[in-house]
Amino acid sequence: MNKLKKNLPLLMTYAVLIIGALTILFPFFWMLSTSLKTPIESVKFPPTFIPENPQFSNYSEAWSQVNFTRYFINTIIITVCELAGVLLTSILAAYAFARFNFRGREFVFTALLGIMMIPMPVYIVPGYMMLQKFGWIDTYYAQVVPWLANVFSIFLLRQHFKTIPNDLYDAAVIDGYSDLGFLFKIVVPLSKPALVTISIFTALSSWNSFIWPLVVTNSDSIRPVQVGLAYFIQEQSTSYTLLMAASTFVILPLIVLFFIAQKQIVASYSRSGLKD
Amino acid sequence: MKAKTIFLKAMLFLLPALAILFIFRFIPILYAFRISFYDWGIAGPRAFVGFANYLEVFRDAKFWQSLLNTFWYVATVLPGVVFISLFLAILLNQQIKMRGGFRTIYFLPDVTSIIAISVVWKWIYHPRIGIANYVLSLIGAGPFRWLEESRGIFEMMFQRNLPAALEGPSLALFSLSLMTIWKSLGYNVLIYLAGLQNIPNHYYESAKIDGASRWQTFRHITWPLLSPTTFYIFIMTTITSFQVFAPVWMMTGPPAGGPLGTTNVIVYYLYDMAFNYSKYGYGTAIAFVLFLIILALTAVQKKYGERGVHYE
Repeated sequence: MNKLKKNLPLLMTYAVLIIGALTILFPFFWMLSTSLKTPIESVKFPPTFIPENPQFSNYSEAWSQVNFTRYFINTIIITVCELAGVLLTSILAAYAFARFNFRGREFVFTALLGIMMIPMPVYIVPGYMMLQKFGWIDTYYAQVVPWLANVFSIFLLRQHFKTIPNDLYDAAVIDGYSDLGFLFKIVVPLSKPALVTISIFTALSSWNSFIWPLVVTNSDSIRPVQVGLAYFIQEQSTSYTLLMAASTFVILPLIVLFFIAQKQIVASYSRSGLKD
Repeated sequence: MKAKTIFLKAMLFLLPALAILFIFRFIPILYAFRISFYDWGIAGPRAFVGFANYLEVFRDAKFWQSLLNTFWYVATVLPGVVFISLFLAILLNQQIKMRGGFRTIYFLPDVTSIIAISVVWKWIYHPRIGIANYVLSLIGAGPFRWLEESRGIFEMMFQRNLPAALEGPSLALFSLSLMTIWKSLGYNVLIYLAGLQNIPNHYYESAKIDGASRWQTFRHITWPLLSPTTFYIFIMTTITSFQVFAPVWMMTGPPAGGPLGTTNVIVYYLYDMAFNYSKYGYGTAIAFVLFLIILALTAVQKKYGERGVHYE
């Protein structure tokens, strides 16, 4: 009896945590379950939880109804280009802020902070109009180039670069390193965790971005997977088995990535909340 | 090195980032400011109208409704996110087996795409054959029309007609809030866990010696020492939920923003005005009003919130 009394809070804790976990997981389970049902089984009420006769063909059918192959290729192209660009521009800019004590540094820094605070809805209309003038609507450029730099990454990296001691720089200069050499051969390898963090944020936000590509693309061949899925959903609004199959293969790469890079992702996100 | 050389060198390093940010952020923001003073459509500027767009925003009943909807959305998401994630984080911050496993599961929705997740929840919320109604029917509740229900949740709860301002968010909007809480819980659990782990153990040890109860320990140690974290979560959640867009576009209607405009939030409204009605000037004016509201709210939270923040 006494033992139970002692363990009761812990048992309650586990019960609550498990209920929480099941609540979080349920929508994923339900998505998978529906994606494997026949149309008739999917609209049964009361519903069945485990499909009676799993229909794996739903996946191939959803995949081929619209051009998901193309959408995925587009998203991969966009994400890779954006990631490479953001890494390059942020490394260079963060180094300038951390290393050089140039005139106007505080001013430029504050101006960037100001830009970061302005939400996308403010510049989406003029951004669209500008891309129209460039003739970039419905191209990869419109989806990639405006996002090749972001203030958050620059700030995060700058914080990290500032922790690298000056002595190291002086030693490198004596050894005949230029600034670029010092940056890429010494600073960058020392900053892996920060670089992983900004890579994760950039890749995820690029992979999942929606409103911008929705506005700047018109044709199917250029759309990323999120916009493609969104239109597929609108056109297919009734056959939930196919919609759930499509949702599953759109989510799956992210879940796989998450489990592979779980430690880094969790660490990155935890870091993002601390005062920076 | 001379100041000039340093300056030039710094500028070379800054050039790629600054060029992108200047062309694709700074100029559009300035341009937006200009557009908002024009009657501006697909064909370009028709006329300079001064503050007319802004005045129209304040006279526009639909705008006020979208503001009220957005307010309800934020007001329901915010406490949900803060309290549930704090609760889970405190539970996780004990000697728990599988702590990493729980944390991973809670975080899962955060990395998934909002588009795919929206359609999954729309399916869960299906008014006739959705699983939500089925589960509720097991305990004798419902059925509800979820995303198609325009009545306010308080009105439904108390089952009588209330003045418009007290009806609460429509069940449709509240359904979106529930999904958002589900999706953003994990991130905030993570942030709270990091905050909890920053609280030095000796506080808890001395509380134990003084014979403090669990609640007293929470009330006088955990909560005050976590206030910077809570403050951060408050501000970030406010800023992001004020800009909710994709779930409305995906899950509501047709036409999106329905039923009866009760899920028409500010960003959806300005998108609708700009890209469906081609009223660029008006849409941009709404965007600036939104920005000012966010700015003001953040300033207020900072002013009054920081008073309640205890740094160690």
